[in-house]
Amino acid sequence: MLDIADLLNKLEAELKQTIIQRQLVNPLMIGVRTGGVWVAEQMYQSLQITDPLGLLDISFYRDDFSQIGVNPNVRPSQLPAQVDGRDIILIDDVFYTGRTVRAALNEIFDYGRPNQVVLGVLIERDGREIPLSPDCVGASIILNKGQRIKLTGPTPLAIEIQTLTVVA
Amino acid sequence: MKDNLQLNSEGKLKHFLSIEGLPKELLTEILDVAESFVSMTDQQIKKVPLLRGKTIVNLFFENSTRTRTTFELAAKRLSADVLSMSIATSSTSKGESLLDTIRNLEAMFVDMFVVRHAISGAAHFIAQQTAPHISVINAGDGQHAHPTQAMLDMFTIRQIKKDFSNLRVAIIGDILHSRVARSQIQALNTLGVPEVRVIAPKTLLPAHVESLGVNVSHNLNVGLKDVDVVMMLRLQKERMTSALLPSESEYFKCFGLTEEKLKIAKPDAIVMHPGPINRGVEIESKVADGPQSVILKQVSNGIAIRMAIMAMAMQKQGIM
Repeated sequence: MLDIADLLNKLEAELKQTIIQRQLVNPLMIGVRTGGVWVAEQMYQSLQITDPLGLLDISFYRDDFSQIGVNPNVRPSQLPAQVDGRDIILIDDVFYTGRTVRAALNEIFDYGRPNQVVLGVLIERDGREIPLSPDCVGASIILNKGQRIKLTGPTPLAIEIQTLTVVA
Repeated sequence: MKDNLQLNSEGKLKHFLSIEGLPKELLTEILDVAESFVSMTDQQIKKVPLLRGKTIVNLFFENSTRTRTTFELAAKRLSADVLSMSIATSSTSKGESLLDTIRNLEAMFVDMFVVRHAISGAAHFIAQQTAPHISVINAGDGQHAHPTQAMLDMFTIRQIKKDFSNLRVAIIGDILHSRVARSQIQALNTLGVPEVRVIAPKTLLPAHVESLGVNVSHNLNVGLKDVDVVMMLRLQKERMTSALLPSESEYFKCFGLTEEKLKIAKPDAIVMHPGPINRGVEIESKVADGPQSVILKQVSNGIAIRMAIMAMAMQKQGIM
């Protein structure tokens, strides 16, 4: 059973450590919509971020556009400051194939050239498809085939492992 | 004209030829997607990779400045390769030469045609004839439709007025020759605007105009009362072959939008115009450049709305 408070505490502690190790200066925090934003909101204050939280919608940068088309629920990305030369903490809820993070990095780099980017995720699960990995995690888990992680929120923030049933 | 041609088997956009036949949900989705493209102007690199590797041909058989350039910019911001062709219309065997042009371009492996043509139905014709993987966008056909203009107008209205459900909208001028007006009326009605008025002299109104779902007025002073949105149309001098009006100055006196006349509308009414404007013919400069004018906002919004429509029409082409 995954405890959301434990996961958030663990991720926050790892981020604090990484901020020191990687010497992040006045980092800009960016959450990937929707789950990543909820997670980022939970630790935005205690990490003493000064700029407003950045919101990133990666719909226009996804690599499966030709299969699934435009996400009709796309919303504007809102990055609070110039990203040129900034240290960035990128937050997502679940790290799975790595494709979301690839899209997020591509979008961020269209806004400017950051100094460094640190990736924090609440849960890293197995199933990576491209050579990217998170820097800070709340937990790393292995799921059975057909299982997936679902984050609901923003209040209360809750997490569950769902078993998908195949619809004939 | 039936427009099922516009949707694929899953009800998603395939061609964008006319507002007619498109459900409210789809129009709303276009407006929603366009919203996110507006904020893209914050990016240093004003491009998203959605249509990378796709080739879009702007086929303009008729003159255009705004529409052609905004389509071109929209395509480029979607990372498509875009070719803009201005083709003078030949006076003979138009159908045949049009088809030949299309076949030749198809042989160059293009993915989308954006078409403007002086003949009503030209974009439809191309959509029917072209290879199944190609999408066609109507950028204005004869007196029939100019659906992307209507959608950028709807986007601008929603941006400022937030909601369509309590608006009174007046469309003023040369309704008879205006493909813009036809598309606007269809879009306003589909999106649930409770009252659409057209204000024009009898000679510039099509027969049975009421059947389009509008109230008719021949008097600007009466028609402008309590209006939230004033949509001006250009007096299409180049289309006026018969003497429909006594003179331009007479027209301005009766139907030209002046500061004085605008006061009859609601104090927060917005003034729109698809361009190009004839200053002193249908609209006074003071109004066109005044605080209630959103004419240049319309131009900017034209890029985002065309990006949304092109992106949505290009999805799922691989498995059609």
